[in-house]
Amino acid sequence: MAVSTSPPADLSAALVLEPVAAADWLVILPVAWCLAIGALLVMLRRPIGLHPFISVAGLAGLVVIDALLLQHVIVSGPVTMVMGRWLPPFGIAFTVDLTGALFALAASVVALAGGVYSLSDINDSGRRYGFYPFLMLLMAGVSGAFLTGDIFNLYVWFEVLLISSFGLIVLGSEREQIDGAVKYGFLNLVATTLFLVTTGYLYASFGTLNMADIARKAEGLRGTAPLMTLTALFLLAFGMKAAAFPVNFWLPASYHTPRVVVSALFAGLLTKVGIYALIRVTVMLLPVEREELSFVIALVGALTMLVGVFGALAQSDFRRMLGYLVISGIGSILAGIAVGGPGGIGGAIFYALHSMLVMTALYFASGVAAKLGGSFSLSSLSGLYRRHAGFAAISLMLAFAVSGLPPFSGFWPKVMLVKAALDIGAWWLAAALLVTGFLTTIATGRFFLLAYWRDTAEGQGVATKAQIPAAILLPLVALTVMTLAIGLYPEPLLATIQNAAAGLSEPSSYLNSVFPGAAR
Amino acid sequence: MEAWFALLVGTFFTVAIYLLLSKSIIRVLLGVAILGNGVNLLIFTGGRLTRGVPPVIQEGADTLAGPAANALPQALILTAIVISFSFFAFLLVLAWRAYEDLSTDNTDEMRVAEPEEEPAPPLGY
Repeated sequence: MAVSTSPPADLSAALVLEPVAAADWLVILPVAWCLAIGALLVMLRRPIGLHPFISVAGLAGLVVIDALLLQHVIVSGPVTMVMGRWLPPFGIAFTVDLTGALFALAASVVALAGGVYSLSDINDSGRRYGFYPFLMLLMAGVSGAFLTGDIFNLYVWFEVLLISSFGLIVLGSEREQIDGAVKYGFLNLVATTLFLVTTGYLYASFGTLNMADIARKAEGLRGTAPLMTLTALFLLAFGMKAAAFPVNFWLPASYHTPRVVVSALFAGLLTKVGIYALIRVTVMLLPVEREELSFVIALVGALTMLVGVFGALAQSDFRRMLGYLVISGIGSILAGIAVGGPGGIGGAIFYALHSMLVMTALYFASGVAAKLGGSFSLSSLSGLYRRHAGFAAISLMLAFAVSGLPPFSGFWPKVMLVKAALDIGAWWLAAALLVTGFLTTIATGRFFLLAYWRDTAEGQGVATKAQIPAAILLPLVALTVMTLAIGLYPEPLLATIQNAAAGLSEPSSYLNSVFPGAAR
Repeated sequence: MEAWFALLVGTFFTVAIYLLLSKSIIRVLLGVAILGNGVNLLIFTGGRLTRGVPPVIQEGADTLAGPAANALPQALILTAIVISFSFFAFLLVLAWRAYEDLSTDNTDEMRVAEPEEEPAPPLGY
């Protein structure tokens, strides 16, 4: 055995030596929590009766964890934790800033609502098929994507949530679902592969995958590295994940096929992960290139909004219309990213959070409508107002919220986006936003008129009063109340979002959290 | 060396995109598999090609003696291989189920979720 001749290495140059503060463990806890509960559910394959309780309790726990994390980030700024104690940029870093924490909290709220709704929507065969383990693993992927500070790690979380979503979308194995899943599966896999291609180029140009490190080095590499190519590729890859206009066709082909709760979760979570990644990469990592590409992003945004809302106007199936409204919302968020600045980015983040809550609630409403009226199709869906007036009121509120009418949550982000667009002189973008809002009102109004106010459709009897199970009503009401509360009193959320947008545009505190003392 | 690999990656991508644009689902699947391998090669090339030795620290030393191969792209590729393999397996089964249930392997004829002819929406109220 040879004795070491060189002096002992200085470990402090390579490793984080002091123990992680107890509060900082919150950074990794959402992911670890979801994975642990998912694993537990997989182990409890036989007693499927326990699944709903374990996962609803687990999702409630996730909401608490994410709320504590947001609180921690508000108080002490961005928090970083590195895997295996390797100093960044060598260890995989989890860095949580306000944007990530806000998105993670909204996602967990949506997932909890979905978990409660699933109590009556997913039957024993769905449970045996593994709905709840897939749901928890999906949340692990979504939380990981919002919290990670490493771009390859982001790719891995994308794949984790994608493979869980495959499991969810084919749940039931009906012909329609297989058809939808083929389009969803192939096109989403191509999108994540494009993301991986871009990550490969990014690594070749930067030699690092840590987001803070990339943000630090981008300035010096601007002259030599193909940063515009990278940004354009990121825009394509994340645009495809988010269902932006020229690459949106997988969404309306698949989102109406799975179980209602699955559609609702997808509408609330998956496209928003794509949008979050786009905001993170274009605003924080490559801001100069975003500015260069802003016209393209604005054009894509305006077209996405309009194509989405025209699609919604043309549909006569409740869930297919909602699929197009999801796309339309993505367009509004892209408009905010294109405009930039505190108003644009803040508006984009606000709109994304609003869209997560409202689109999930609307899909729940479509499920309730189908339960009451027996169909998703406008040709036979009728008399919902007579069947349940309270439900009709909730649906109308959600329709106003998604159209951006006051006093609901959709109003404020729309105001921010229109004002930000007008401030930089992009009147056509502001006009597109307003026209989209108007057309959305018409599209949802048409549904309300035909499905809710019309007493009978052809071949249908006269509607009679009906009851809705509490497990379905509770999440729907809860999300609607949240929308109303945000609309009536947006001040605290608005202030947080503005701080989040400022933290993205000027990421010095983010960099400081990853590289203490070494940042600009 | 890198230039040849870049050409090779380009060839992989060309073949993959050609196959992905096909209507037959088996060809699309082959395209997915080739695309995944093309990306792996791309990452490998992006990490610089060297004839360096494996990055293993000699016994008794604390640092690497000289230039060594870049270990990171290999770790990235390993992750990507596992992921693309599992996705390929899933999509293969999905394609088979689609063929069984929809009795077609032509993606143009898969119109169950979005039927070509839908009932007209109610025109009056």
